Amino acid sequence: MDKILKVNDLSVSFDTYGGEVKAVRGVTFELDEKETLAIVGESGSGKSVTAQSIMRLIPTPPGKFASGSIEFNGESILDKSEKQMEGIRGKDISMIFQDPMTSLNPTMTVGKQIAEGLIKHQNMSKKEAHHRGIELLKLVGIPNPEARIKQYPHQFSGGMRQRAMIAIALACNPKILIADEPTTALDVTIQAQILDLMRDLQEQTGTAIVLITHDLGVVANAAHRVAVMYGGKVVETGKVDEIFYNPKHPYTWGLLGSMPKLEGSGDEELQAIPGSPPDLADPPKGCPFAARCPYAMKVCEEHMPEYTELSDTQKTACWLLDERAPKVEPPESAVVGGSKVNG
Amino acid sequence: MDNNKEKLLEIKNLKKHFKMDRNNYLKAVDDISFDIYKGETFGLVGESGCGKSTAGRTILRLYEATEGAVNFQGENVHAKKSKKELKKFNRSMQMIFQDPYASLNPRMTVKDIIAEGMDIHGLVKSKQQRTDRVNELLETVGLNAEHGNRYPHEFSGGQRQRIGIARALAVNPDFIVADEPISALDVSIQAQVVNLLKKLQRERGLTYLFIAHDLSMVKHISDRVGVMYLGNMAEVATSDDLYAEPLHPYTQALLSAIPISDPEVERSRERIIVEGDVPSPINPPSGCRFRTRCPMAMEVCSKVTPEWQEYSKDHWVACHLYNDKYNDENKARQNLTKV
Repeated sequence: MDKILKVNDLSVSFDTYGGEVKAVRGVTFELDEKETLAIVGESGSGKSVTAQSIMRLIPTPPGKFASGSIEFNGESILDKSEKQMEGIRGKDISMIFQDPMTSLNPTMTVGKQIAEGLIKHQNMSKKEAHHRGIELLKLVGIPNPEARIKQYPHQFSGGMRQRAMIAIALACNPKILIADEPTTALDVTIQAQILDLMRDLQEQTGTAIVLITHDLGVVANAAHRVAVMYGGKVVETGKVDEIFYNPKHPYTWGLLGSMPKLEGSGDEELQAIPGSPPDLADPPKGCPFAARCPYAMKVCEEHMPEYTELSDTQKTACWLLDERAPKVEPPESAVVGGSKVNG
Repeated sequence: MDNNKEKLLEIKNLKKHFKMDRNNYLKAVDDISFDIYKGETFGLVGESGCGKSTAGRTILRLYEATEGAVNFQGENVHAKKSKKELKKFNRSMQMIFQDPYASLNPRMTVKDIIAEGMDIHGLVKSKQQRTDRVNELLETVGLNAEHGNRYPHEFSGGQRQRIGIARALAVNPDFIVADEPISALDVSIQAQVVNLLKKLQRERGLTYLFIAHDLSMVKHISDRVGVMYLGNMAEVATSDDLYAEPLHPYTQALLSAIPISDPEVERSRERIIVEGDVPSPINPPSGCRFRTRCPMAMEVCSKVTPEWQEYSKDHWVACHLYNDKYNDENKARQNLTKV
């Protein structure tokens, strides 16, 4: 499959009063056409900054692209002028945000907000854009779209707003849709609706999706491939099955272990990851996870491990995979669907 | 569940209505009844706006109840009380709040935040005793004595939540309402806080009302679970029963909506997807409030409010599907869908 997006060794930092915060430190990944890549990590791991960099939504200053490149369809995003970016945003790459209340314009009708992109990018007339808007609202499952299109965001419920935002994002048939925690602010029943909708739309339109989330359940439901981020770096990446059934990084183990299992009895203790994430104003020299890693060795604190290729698709950055390191088995808590794998 | 379990709290027909304007009331909590046994964790789940937080706050009398009673160790919390009597209740019932950023006073040191309750209730005699007690509490929740002199902004979310827990523990309560104590935290930190809450319960015999929307976490921490929908209680059961054999269609939908962190399972799963959104609690649907989204809704559901009944032992449900009177219609309906 063709690579539609290539992010290579991307580093983004911010100048703050407390010094330079290195939010993203050498992130590399690729996105195939028609696939969903999930970027998983905790707050402060750099996942949202990575996503915003693809859209060049990072204000510079205080932000700066310290190194690396982002290639979309073979063209470098970071070298584009602001004017050229305006032609890409909303047309080729569009984004949906976590909080649908604050990311829609409260003073404009939903219809007008959908039409905005259509008029700008596809030279539609107001009337055409209005009709297309109704089609789009129907597509994302909003009942009674003829009336709804004239309403303002405050007249929509949370789930409806997120649907409207998806309609806006999909208006110009983008090649890439970046979804930054699209379901985090929603209730579970609504979350299930939205995830279903995104999957259906991907089948229909063939849009590639970058899904940013911290919820491994959402990842298992929606992603084809996964990149696990920690401390501004991708520590492990692979196909969704590889990450869940054959994870090799202790942080991935920790994430899997700290989720309660529905089938569990409730007596077992959750495998919490001790400590808290590193301060990226003064990032650790070696592996960012070393301070919280139960298997940390001396080398981990000094040197960042290289990626070990475990398969064509799975890459993990961990010293445990070095041939000189002791062999470590993942803890039982990190084994997903235990019986299936072992038996 | 054995019968000799002692009831710590008895919630009887509790209602909390907020006045919106002259004619409209928002019925946040509308006639719910359940018991909480001593030493257990009772989980309360539901979507936003279902009234679970209001229920928690009304139980503590942070809100005055519109109707109904909350009996704590046999005494009604909402009965007429002098300030002194109320203070006694406040000591034995404490709360942990959702947002650790908003619930700690930014102008007080951590030590003063934790000691405030002890000062009010006169639990410490000397300055030295106060310091010792605060340090002991800080250690209990996994912080250290040195942290006491700092201010809340110097702490991360998980640490702040630990401070909130220490504050609740300071007055030696019997009962703690934890209102979404982990929703604002990262996954790896959530597990730390849940493990801490469980440990404290084992050591101190605490009783929790654990309010959350994350069903898998509720299942993990709770002995029994109540599911709320639009101000009503839909179902109450032991957490194993509820997950193994959910009766109410809403509980079934809620359980099937949780994404499970196992790609195989996710691919093969059949979801019950409920349509639409939660209706407004100002003007809720007649009869059963879930009927507008319920895949099993019958004619009777719009006319009659389902009774709160004990369907099997310790398994309570409010749904016409489990009422013999309407069962024939239901059976006929199920046969229809099969054909």
